[in-house]
Amino acid sequence: MTAPAIEILGLTKDYPVGFWRPKMRRSLDNLSFQVEEGEVFGFLGPNGAGKTTTMKLLMGLIFPTSGTARVRGRAIDDIEMHREIGYLPEQPYFYDYLTARELLDYYAQFSDFSSVERRERVTRFLERVGLTAAADIQLRKFSKGMLQRAGIAQAILHDPPVVILDEPMSGLDPVGRREIRDIILDLKNQGRTVFFSTHILSDAEMLCDRVAVLAGGKLQGVGAPRDIVAMKAHAMEVLFEMREGRALPADLAAQVTKIGGRSRMTVPEDQLYLALEKLRGAEARILSVSPLHPTLEDYFFQLVGGARTKRGLEEISR
Amino acid sequence: MSATVRPVAINTFREAVRDRVLYNLVLFALLMIGAAILVGGVSIGIVQLVIINLGLSSISIFGLVMAIFIGVGLVYKEMEKRTLYSLLAKPIRRWQFLVGKYAGLLLTLVVNTAFMTLGLAAAFFYVGGHIERANLSVLTAIYFILLELAMVTALAMFFSCFSSPMLSTLYTLAIYITGVFANDIHGIGDFTKSPAVLGVTRAIYYLVPNFHDFNAIATAAHGDSIPFALIWQNSLYAALYILLLLIASSAVFSRRNLK
Repeated sequence: MTAPAIEILGLTKDYPVGFWRPKMRRSLDNLSFQVEEGEVFGFLGPNGAGKTTTMKLLMGLIFPTSGTARVRGRAIDDIEMHREIGYLPEQPYFYDYLTARELLDYYAQFSDFSSVERRERVTRFLERVGLTAAADIQLRKFSKGMLQRAGIAQAILHDPPVVILDEPMSGLDPVGRREIRDIILDLKNQGRTVFFSTHILSDAEMLCDRVAVLAGGKLQGVGAPRDIVAMKAHAMEVLFEMREGRALPADLAAQVTKIGGRSRMTVPEDQLYLALEKLRGAEARILSVSPLHPTLEDYFFQLVGGARTKRGLEEISR
Repeated sequence: MSATVRPVAINTFREAVRDRVLYNLVLFALLMIGAAILVGGVSIGIVQLVIINLGLSSISIFGLVMAIFIGVGLVYKEMEKRTLYSLLAKPIRRWQFLVGKYAGLLLTLVVNTAFMTLGLAAAFFYVGGHIERANLSVLTAIYFILLELAMVTALAMFFSCFSSPMLSTLYTLAIYITGVFANDIHGIGDFTKSPAVLGVTRAIYYLVPNFHDFNAIATAAHGDSIPFALIWQNSLYAALYILLLLIASSAVFSRRNLK
């Protein structure tokens, strides 16, 4: 049996806050989930949820307070793990005195390519992310979208089986977002695992096989986007018409919205039959009854609202 | 140099070369040597002494300015600008990154010192100097300056691993100045009757790098020879001090969370 692409096992991260007698602030709380090989896996959550912290822990940029993680069976403190992984940091900043070609050549030197292969590869990946025309321009003259593309190129330059992208669509215009989406789909078609964080939910719904939702440093759910939203109770939408001269039952009136000559009513699933009985008693003409599938966005906002009312993250004294 | 350290070193060198401040420093050093020619012209009989003295002092001062001001930003800048994030995602260990950065700045200092030495040589021959055995002392003095710069760079980089450039500059300058007067500090201990003062002066003397023995400018300017024992003694001392500082930097930086 092959190891999962990414395996996160009880990762917890506390940060000291304050200079004098610092308190520990928990930014990630006992996080555990797996990303399978070949999946496009979305990591969702509001700002400050702990998405970037998780990715930085995976990359060894920060160290866990407790717990561990593995990438394709290798521990995150194993330097060889970095050969299997490509990483785009959030809002990437690169050496702006280098050209895009020089930047990619620099990063390529940490993989075992010959100089001929390196040159060929750099040219190929510049083309792949659409930077051929700007290959010999210094990065300080690049737009945000171009920098993001250069960042993706450096992340996938060594053909890693696992690619971690921290907010790859952040700050991009619709064209830029579409280009990044195409690259992610391209990586998936090549059988690579893509683990990316985002708060643009339509992108996650469009791209991801599965998502994990994080709020306040805690995991709220993992699954296919449809499964995630299915965790919450469904509601049913009833569309009907009242006959001439017939009045709507008084206890239903508050739930009904009139659109043209039709009426729309949303009822919880367990009260559907009762509501239909009442409508039948009033000789209403039922046009349709359909389940309301909440979107990932609905679920996300519900979570964010909950997290915000808790006002911040758990604080523990050390 | 390992295949992992070399790219970091070369990139650090490239950054310094593309930095206009660096060119200004070299230009300024060359101007100082030019000034030496003018001063030498009015100081009848001691032309070469003045040129060597001023030239070597310029090489030392400009080297120090570069070592400190670039050194304190070596690690800090990469953390602050987050260029380190993409780099450490590659199969490179943190100590290899540090050694690469250190080697890159050292290479920059060597190249700049070499250019300044060429400028000094040009000025020397311009005023009618000719190659003598005593000139070897000048090269030795420059070698000592380089050793000193290598130690200062390691100090600056060490502080850069855990503090801001401003504080790192202050710490490095404080230790450098203390190191220049290390022998005098030791001497104060000899004259005191207080065991506390003796303890403190001895602790400072043994802790800070002793830069006193690395200053051979006056000896070289007067054409006196520098003992061979001092050359290997200084080389060994510098190598050990740098090694200790790199190990300490590595220990600090390897545990550091990059925020």
